Amino acid sequence: ARTSRSEMVRTRTVRCRSSPEDPLSPPSQRSRAHDTSTELQPMPTSPAMDTAAQDVSLFSSPMAPRSVLQSEVDASSPLMYGTPSSRVEGTPRSGIRGTPARQRADLGSVRKAPQVDMHSEPVSESCCHSEQGAGQRLVIWGTDVNVGTCKEKFQRFLQQFTAPNSREEENAGLDLNEPLYMQKLDEISVVGEPVLNVNCSHIQTFDADLYRQLICYPQEVIPTFDMAVNELFFDRLPDSVLEHQIQVRPYSALKTRNMRALNPEDIDQLITISGMVIRTSQLIPEMQEAFFRCQVCVFNTRVEVDRGRIAEPAVCRNCNTTHSMALVHNRSAFSDKQMIKLQESPEDMPAGQTPHTTVVYAHNDLVDKVQPGDRINITGIYRAAPMRLNPRQSQVKSVYKTHIDVIHFRKTDEKRLHGLDEDGEQKLFTKERVAMLKELAAKPDVYERLSSALAPSIYEHEDIKKGILLQLFGGTRKDFTQTGRGNFRAEINILLCGDPGTSKSQLLQYVYNLVPRGQYTSGKGSSAVGLTAYVMKDPETRQLVLQTGALVLSDNGICCIDEFDKMSDNTRSVLHEVMEQQTLSIAKAGIICQLNARTSVLAAANPVESQWNPKKTTIENIQLPHTLLSRFDLIFLMLDPQDEAYDRRLAHHLVALYYQSEEQIEEEHLDMAVLKDYIAFARTSVHPRLSEEASQALIEAYVDMRKIGSGRGMVSAYPRQLESLIRLAEAHAKVRFSSKVESIDVEEAKRLHREALKQSATDPRTGFVDISILTTGMSATARKRKEEVAQALKKLIQSKGKTPAMKYQQLFDDLRGQSEAAITKDMFDEALRALADEDYLTVTGKTVRLL
Amino acid sequence: MPTVHDWINNPLAVVDGLFAQSNSSPDWEKKVVEYFKEKLKLNDAHTWVPSLNDVPLYYLKPNSLVKFRCMVQDMFDPEFFMGVYETNDLTSNSKVKCGKYKDITVGGQVDFNSRNTVTSERQTFYCVPIPGESQWAKEISFICQARVVPSTSYVPNRHKRSYEEDDEMDTENKLRQSHGNTEPKRQETEAPSHDSSSAHCTSSLDLNFPLPGEKGPACLVKVYEDWDGFKLNDMLEVFGILSVDPALSVIADEREASSLLDPTEVTETVEEQRVHSPPPSLVPRLHMLYAQPLVHNNPLLPSNLSSVLGELASVRAELHTYLTHVLMGDSLAAEYLILHLISNVYSRRDVLPLGKFTLNLSGCPHSSPYTEHLYKVIQQLVPSSYRLCMSLHNMNNQRMVPRKDYTANRLVSGTLQLANNTSLFLDETQLEQGQLDATGVRNITALGNLISWQKVDYDFNYHQMEFPCNINVLITSEGRSLLPSDSQVNLRPTLNPPNLEEYLSAVQVAQVPSQFNKYRIYLSGARALNYTISDEITKAVEEDFVEMRKDDPQSMSAEDLHRLLVVARLLSLSHGQNTLSRDGWMKAKQLEALRISRTQQQKSLSGNEP
Repeated sequence: ARTSRSEMVRTRTVRCRSSPEDPLSPPSQRSRAHDTSTELQPMPTSPAMDTAAQDVSLFSSPMAPRSVLQSEVDASSPLMYGTPSSRVEGTPRSGIRGTPARQRADLGSVRKAPQVDMHSEPVSESCCHSEQGAGQRLVIWGTDVNVGTCKEKFQRFLQQFTAPNSREEENAGLDLNEPLYMQKLDEISVVGEPVLNVNCSHIQTFDADLYRQLICYPQEVIPTFDMAVNELFFDRLPDSVLEHQIQVRPYSALKTRNMRALNPEDIDQLITISGMVIRTSQLIPEMQEAFFRCQVCVFNTRVEVDRGRIAEPAVCRNCNTTHSMALVHNRSAFSDKQMIKLQESPEDMPAGQTPHTTVVYAHNDLVDKVQPGDRINITGIYRAAPMRLNPRQSQVKSVYKTHIDVIHFRKTDEKRLHGLDEDGEQKLFTKERVAMLKELAAKPDVYERLSSALAPSIYEHEDIKKGILLQLFGGTRKDFTQTGRGNFRAEINILLCGDPGTSKSQLLQYVYNLVPRGQYTSGKGSSAVGLTAYVMKDPETRQLVLQTGALVLSDNGICCIDEFDKMSDNTRSVLHEVMEQQTLSIAKAGIICQLNARTSVLAAANPVESQWNPKKTTIENIQLPHTLLSRFDLIFLMLDPQDEAYDRRLAHHLVALYYQSEEQIEEEHLDMAVLKDYIAFARTSVHPRLSEEASQALIEAYVDMRKIGSGRGMVSAYPRQLESLIRLAEAHAKVRFSSKVESIDVEEAKRLHREALKQSATDPRTGFVDISILTTGMSATARKRKEEVAQALKKLIQSKGKTPAMKYQQLFDDLRGQSEAAITKDMFDEALRALADEDYLTVTGKTVRLL
Repeated sequence: MPTVHDWINNPLAVVDGLFAQSNSSPDWEKKVVEYFKEKLKLNDAHTWVPSLNDVPLYYLKPNSLVKFRCMVQDMFDPEFFMGVYETNDLTSNSKVKCGKYKDITVGGQVDFNSRNTVTSERQTFYCVPIPGESQWAKEISFICQARVVPSTSYVPNRHKRSYEEDDEMDTENKLRQSHGNTEPKRQETEAPSHDSSSAHCTSSLDLNFPLPGEKGPACLVKVYEDWDGFKLNDMLEVFGILSVDPALSVIADEREASSLLDPTEVTETVEEQRVHSPPPSLVPRLHMLYAQPLVHNNPLLPSNLSSVLGELASVRAELHTYLTHVLMGDSLAAEYLILHLISNVYSRRDVLPLGKFTLNLSGCPHSSPYTEHLYKVIQQLVPSSYRLCMSLHNMNNQRMVPRKDYTANRLVSGTLQLANNTSLFLDETQLEQGQLDATGVRNITALGNLISWQKVDYDFNYHQMEFPCNINVLITSEGRSLLPSDSQVNLRPTLNPPNLEEYLSAVQVAQVPSQFNKYRIYLSGARALNYTISDEITKAVEEDFVEMRKDDPQSMSAEDLHRLLVVARLLSLSHGQNTLSRDGWMKAKQLEALRISRTQQQKSLSGNEP
């Protein structure tokens, strides 16, 4: 698109802001005037031209460098274009005139104070307008931007553009079928915040040429936009009172780039990049206009600061004394400026390299808008300036300093506090990629395919992999806040328990590497603080800041916790809230808040006795509180199956692992990338809902589960299990990219749930699956037995007659002698405790007293 | 008359010449690189190029071609520079000049608005000498170097210099001790407090070496093409143009004097200035013409491995005997030590690194300098190594994981930032009872991750970043190590020399230096061999596994098979076989059985350790 410029016939006009006698016109202007050689066009003759003054050495101030390409296509360089409002000043519009213009330091253009402009401007204004009136095609020097056309186009855009399909947060509450930006203008007049954010992609769909101009010459085009929008605004709402004139802030230029992709061609163009703020400087007052007073005749003059340099007037214009001008600081004009260091986001980085950083300058009201740690998208103009070794030397370091003048910030993680930021999460997939993923989804065995692509180096454990796969997809988020039940958990939690050395950690590591927002912690090393959040004093600002821990960091991701059993009780207790309510409450150092932690937990636990004891229940084996266990949707046992065929396959798998060639490995990596994209796509764009048929199936399943237990006089399913089933069914539907949960999803959810229960909730004493092992920590039979022992003990004590106190050991021996079943000390203690609870007796040391 | 070495002495003339010929067609850049590549290929030409590793900086000619054997420690942001620029001098003749491979523009006033200006991009790497490089590796590459040093006035006098060095080191050590600080170089702030004399200005600048007490030049390497191909911690041999223009160093005072209004001035903090523009006399700039990634840094290893293979068996036997003596007559431990020393992460399957073989030598005598001697032996054998005393103080105070310092905008190195195939010797016998603080726990976790996954999570403050590594970890401990390991061998000395120290030095002395060289070649060579398993053996292994599981499923888990496969692989390689034979498999099994039985005996001896 940019080559078209050269074909365009252009007449150039030079803005002549400075009056001829002003020797202080910025060098950039002069040099630009000199720059006509790129095209064989006659030098424009304009009163302001003083071609003789080419002594650049005097002000060899840093200039934006030329781009790499030699072609004149890129010979674009910012023009110190007159500020829009000062031009507008001349037009008879009271609304605008009444509103002070505000400097746009972000554009690097410097404005003269209006009253001064009044004297010098009319020349250029009239020249410009008259020429326009003559129907000549005028463009801004060095570009193909015609101010009039550009303005017109933009006004048309504002008046006509509608975005019926817009899903942006900012457009909430606007009528999408009405011109979008006109509504925003109305909003401005109501809210009184004179900033108009314009989505560049809107401009692109409306007028591609205007968009191209905006991207290539932001410094010229944005002021024109400002002008256009102010005219329009005060036309419509002449009575509005604004703090200053409206500023246009374009954002998400489609050329959104990775920081790594920035190259010299982008200099002076409008770019959008994403990254993370790592440092912000203090506020820097930047001089915009220097005020000089002659020491001799008290003549005042103002000098614009051009790119950080003040051209100090050597001669007083009034009395012609040399070197008599002195700077008066408190009458100079300053603007706010802040340096921000932006680091490329970790997701964008190639492996094995360190992240790049870029310097960003925020101006005026954008100062202090972001904090270190924020993930932001910024739109701004990329700048480069040469570095001087020493102000007194002409030699320069042949390196440029680059920075971005920011025009618009957009925090990408801001909304995570409130809800899901669909827009920010949306990974951009190409059409081909989406088609490929959809094709994959249409395959009948997609579920099996994906689960086998998951951690291929880990052998078998098909059901576990399937469970984890469903966890990766997650259920559908439901919001019942209105009916008072709050959010329903959509995340699936999984616990893996089993013998050490059954590659549990490996599975966790794999998942952690697979998901974009995964966290990996070990129960051994992490404290409650490391998991949740802690308050610390920032060494620089001395402010208290909240540092978030693994659980909060993995919001919308998966938190992998290894050695779950090694975690202290204290630490584990924070998980209760996270795993059901999906929030984290913090009350520390005066900071009381509730953070979202919508994280799925994938935990691995080892049995207490280094080997899994098949004679004990899950709870007994891993010694975790049942309150926590019941929050896991699926609990799997990873045991060593002792079976020859399995061994053979395992051996084959492992040996193959060790001698597979590079290509085969390469293939698998491809699979992992596909898997990643597949999950990302499904998570963001598939939101299955229960179908009628599926609901019925779920109800039946639940009723069946409850029935199983009722025969044996125990509860075998709780509403939590039903919720788990729903989540699993939804996740399975997501795997199929289906917007409806159908009965096959429910079938698989049932099957998987049953499999997991079979592994983890089988009562080793009876061989039945007993859900109460997980929900109450004790199987029904165990509870029954406990009761029996307590009763037997009571009987025994009663038979002894009126003895107020008994020896503990004596009683234990008696009970053992009496009972036909073996009674352990634990059981005896438990029975005593049960009786103590009944207020029947108390145990003090080695004596048992009746009450 | 152009001499042979003109391209070494004045490479910029070559660059400028080619640039002038090109008539601004862009392919001159390729030609330059080609030219130097060709030149370096010619019979041993690269040995004529003086090396920054060996020759002190002040002996090197500015703007000459030098080489540097280094590791990429940090990657700075890419920078834009004037690839081509035009200058006006007083006679107002404008000249188009090439800015590539240079830091500073030359001659006259630069015309920033010239249409000839070409802005290009380059990347800066902060490179340090390979951390933990053994003295012998340095010396040998120095000797190779010393044959011809044509372009410098420097007369290599190794002997004398090393004395000087020692002296310097001594004073430095004393200084360090007087401050009671293990890592003086990392404590930038401390330096100015004790010396105002210019003689010590070196110590005020932190050169950011990964290991404490390292010496050697650090270098800012400017990379002009394909910088994405380089990775952090890569070992490189860089050929480039040395730039030491004193004007490059920005003195802070001067900076302050200049106007704060200049936007280019406020972008960097003082710390950042210091790191990114250190004085070139300390951190020279090197404009890369050509870089060769190093797979290993063993100067002895010939490029053609087949010559090594011939006497492999005999060298192995000798090495085994030697190590047996060192390990006080324990032949099994010696066997495992060999396997450990040639282990190498050859591939990764999703998260699983394959081929690593972390060895835990338990039963090392406590409170005797034995581990220290053992480390010295290993240092003699491998090209780079580091001994980490796991004393409580070290664990709690040492920075192991590299951390990003956002103020100075650099990656502050840590002891775990090591190049591939570095031997890390963890001395757990130094560990005493006490409390690990938060840093200590983090360090232990980092070591555990390093051993289990061969990766280090660098701390970027707001997030962590995973860097895969390939480090051979050897743990010496009294009992079983608290860190995970692939294999634990309980040391069982058969000799009991009355004076351990004397005995060990006697063993050392008995070895001829040429013998050592053979061992060194052997260890690096065996590691570089290829390895395959035939289908037939695969079947046999599978059968065997099933068989073993039948007898006693507890004795043979999947993890055991993993280990057995690694042992078999390393065993074959150590014998110079690049495929697994049935015999090799049986031997591996025997070896493992022997080791396990010993561990179990140890358990029953020392009571019931779980």
